[in-house]
Amino acid sequence: MASWGEASQSRLIGKRITRLSGKDKVTGKAKYTYDINRPGLLYGRILRSDVARANVVGLDLTAAEELPGVKAVIELTQVGNQLRYQGQEIAAVAAETDDIAKDALRLIHVELEELPFVVTEEDAMAEGAPEIRDWTGNKSNPGVDERGNLEAGFEEAAVTVEATYHTPVQTHVCLETHGNVAEWRGEEYLTFWASTQAVFGVRNDLARTFELPANQVRVITEHMGGGFGSKFGPGIEGHTAVRLSKMTGKPVKLMLTRRAEHLVAGNRPSMTQHVKAGATSDGRLVAYDMQGYGTGGISSGAGFTGPYVYHVENLRTQRFNVATNAGNQRAMRAPGHPQGAFAMDSLMDELAEKLGMNPLEFRRLNDQSEVRQAQYTLGAQEIGWHKRNTIPGSGTGIMKRGMGVGSGQWGGGGGRGTQARVTINADGTVEAVTGTQDIGTGIRTAIAIIVAEELGLQPTDISVTIGDSEPGLPSGGSGGSQTTPSVAPVIKTAAEAAKQKLFAHVAPLLQAPVDDLRIGTGTIYVASDRTKTVTWKQATGQLGMESISEGGNWDQELRQGGVAGTQFAEVEVDTQTGQVKVLKIVAVQDCGLAINRLATESQINGGVIMGLGQTLLEERIMDPQTGRMLNANLEDYKVPGTFEIPEIKPIVFDTHRRVSGVGEPPCIPTLGAIANAVYNAIGVRIRELPITPDKVLTALAQKKA
Amino acid sequence: MDNFSYVNATDLEQVTSLLTDNGWGEVMVVAGGTDLLGELKEYIETPKTLINLKSLPGMDSISMDTTGITIGALTTVADIANHPTIQQRYTVLAQAASSVATPQIRNVGTLGGNLCQRPRCWYYRDETVNCLKKGGDTCYAVDGLSKYHAILGGDPVFIVHPSDIAPALIALGASIKIVGPEGEKTIKVEEFFTLPATNPFRENVLQPNEIVVEVHVPQPKQGTKSFYLKAREKGAPDFALASVAGVFEMAGKTCQNASIVLGGVAPAPWRSTEAENILSGKLINETVSNNAGASAVKDAQPLNDNAYKVTLTQNLISRTAMMAVS
Repeated sequence: MASWGEASQSRLIGKRITRLSGKDKVTGKAKYTYDINRPGLLYGRILRSDVARANVVGLDLTAAEELPGVKAVIELTQVGNQLRYQGQEIAAVAAETDDIAKDALRLIHVELEELPFVVTEEDAMAEGAPEIRDWTGNKSNPGVDERGNLEAGFEEAAVTVEATYHTPVQTHVCLETHGNVAEWRGEEYLTFWASTQAVFGVRNDLARTFELPANQVRVITEHMGGGFGSKFGPGIEGHTAVRLSKMTGKPVKLMLTRRAEHLVAGNRPSMTQHVKAGATSDGRLVAYDMQGYGTGGISSGAGFTGPYVYHVENLRTQRFNVATNAGNQRAMRAPGHPQGAFAMDSLMDELAEKLGMNPLEFRRLNDQSEVRQAQYTLGAQEIGWHKRNTIPGSGTGIMKRGMGVGSGQWGGGGGRGTQARVTINADGTVEAVTGTQDIGTGIRTAIAIIVAEELGLQPTDISVTIGDSEPGLPSGGSGGSQTTPSVAPVIKTAAEAAKQKLFAHVAPLLQAPVDDLRIGTGTIYVASDRTKTVTWKQATGQLGMESISEGGNWDQELRQGGVAGTQFAEVEVDTQTGQVKVLKIVAVQDCGLAINRLATESQINGGVIMGLGQTLLEERIMDPQTGRMLNANLEDYKVPGTFEIPEIKPIVFDTHRRVSGVGEPPCIPTLGAIANAVYNAIGVRIRELPITPDKVLTALAQKKA
Repeated sequence: MDNFSYVNATDLEQVTSLLTDNGWGEVMVVAGGTDLLGELKEYIETPKTLINLKSLPGMDSISMDTTGITIGALTTVADIANHPTIQQRYTVLAQAASSVATPQIRNVGTLGGNLCQRPRCWYYRDETVNCLKKGGDTCYAVDGLSKYHAILGGDPVFIVHPSDIAPALIALGASIKIVGPEGEKTIKVEEFFTLPATNPFRENVLQPNEIVVEVHVPQPKQGTKSFYLKAREKGAPDFALASVAGVFEMAGKTCQNASIVLGGVAPAPWRSTEAENILSGKLINETVSNNAGASAVKDAQPLNDNAYKVTLTQNLISRTAMMAVS
């Protein structure tokens, strides 16, 4: 049975190893799509709708076409079409410089007949609102779930809580905006540098769209600046770059502006849920009745979890989508979970308080995860849970401190579909190749660690090639926290197979049977007679003119899905200014075998920061008057900066020796933990995110009154 | 941005004559460019000519004499924030300067630019929204989203003035030197800023052919304590939700004279004579401080989303006053 072996036997796996591409990234040597400049490069730009809803009644490209330096102008919509959200594509240009491209966009003449729009859920559901898609009253048919006997549950309950929780639309804010460079060689071969989290997905999409054989499309993503679920396909901007390149016979770079990134490159849908829940006097959650909705813009997909994590026998839930004239939602880091977790963890605290119970004890009574039970103990110790206010808001002075807890769960077990090759050359060099991509979690380094561990080398000895479809070794998209559990088993078995092949070559030299050979550090030796040893180079020298090149397989014994997590937050609230400062987050994250402990911790830190942003700062602000997003920039769309980052204590809670993905789960429990800590600090609950000074001051004023 | 020609300034006469020949927006001056570039990129301004003031000699220094300090308009925000004497004796000014934006912006942004910067209002900054400030007929903040807008002095345009340095200068009683084709004049910084009721399109008294050349800050009296408190949603970079520049001439725990100037709550830096009157001549304690805060906002008229600024401003004033006795 395949296994990663005992921790005590691991030389590299599970240790803290610096990311191989780190130096290239901080020195600017790493090339992102934005950095790709090809000979004769043209710059692409897209003209977008300023308004939320309008019919296109005129579109004239002539003046743009006539501007010197403009090489191509194309329509992305047509007269007669309806534009349904701000930012929707109208036309595109390719020009010799980016400035000319920008000027050309302003010369495109568009005539619009503006139509009534709805950009907020409230407006969309209002009586007499314009119906903007094929749903009655802009509402989708609800998804309904029922379990047990809700009525009996409420009868059994000693306390009930009824509350409405809301999280706004959040955008991905990838540091590198979406975009691509497209370059044709003749009419039959397309090279496409993409900022994507799915190299092969993009290749297959382009091959289909442009009717090319898949092996005549090459997609390259050596490095990419964040995707978070929004970068699976080439997108309209990608197709547009390919079209413009084909028309002009020149390479075309087309990257989204920051404004377009906010408007059209995806977002996490909003959530509004009204929930009534009950618990027995001995602390059992027995009834959960929830109706909720969210908006994913003009598209559907605004789902969220609820109930979440904690067990409840009797429930009824009803969820629907609300259509608004706004950009489509896309998957965003643990889709549906952070919103649901915020509501559920707030609810759990509200119930615990009514019961007069410690909120952590109340969770323990309703959480069937043994892993999380252990995490509660560890996290509570680490944050100093006993020091929290037993009476919320009871601290004295202007600055009030509080603590809170939140929980999460995720899958992340990986899947089939990755092919890889590990090659050992006669000169001792080793190559590992697969078609995955590094969305930022550090898979390049993880691959090097696995191969180096198997072959007795150092990670820096392994040449890793990823992010390129040309070697023809497909791998899946980096989503669902699936990359490492999908890739690692294949790399491990490939390295193992290559090692066995090498042993066969070395056995005659060492005069020992293959199964008596072992890998040392930079050596191969005979297990039964350790005086018999050769260096790595001597061993590979036996290959002569040959190389060993082996594939691997996705051995299910090497991976496992299902991870639990819990986080504890300590905050300080300035009751005069309403500012919330997070002092510390303890993030206990179940993750199975951490291939690279340093990268795993880094992943947890990143998740916590994203969760913190969603709790305290981030919100897409849509203006019901003008239909515009008012903060499609990084001035008023606020993401955490250095001043917001608290002390983060990531605890890698490795419960087994199989690989699980951990990209998404650490951003889930943060919301509830911080929101509950704010309540514990000031004694008044804020049920709407983000928890900004205006909400805190308003809540404190209401409490006083 | 649109194309423009770029002229390096040689002397003030050349600058004012270039400006004189054209109206607002045709010819514009640029120093650090940290605000103007944003306006150009968003097509809020589309000048035909930009005059680079950075090439003017001798306007980027801080000098001191017995009357106080004189700061050239081209002095960077960072130089003000890091100046030892300003930190020591004009503390409110150093604190205000160091609260501006980011180190990168402070290193290139200038005093003159900070005082003349345009509002951050999200309707104003969207090219496609023709608001009252840009010649349209609606201030969208009135019925729209107004979390960051004015609670005092707004009508008919509810922007807030974004400068941190201006409230500090006004609280210190500073004056500003302006040069135009007819020569130079010096006015109080307080008189430099105007409200939209006077002119909805501009935030100060500058004519199209005038520029700011220097600021003079009188030496504070012995025993003066001063503070700048800025509340914001984000540690940095972020503009003020509300800010208070407080200058207190103290004798023990008694405030002989107080200057209280607010930022982030009105279309111009807002002196609160009500708060000053309550604090001046009083032994400062919690009650007096709270009363001062309350008096400053008693005439506030919040919009839909910014009532919190009333409480916030009140609290900031009272906190600033208490700092003078702690």
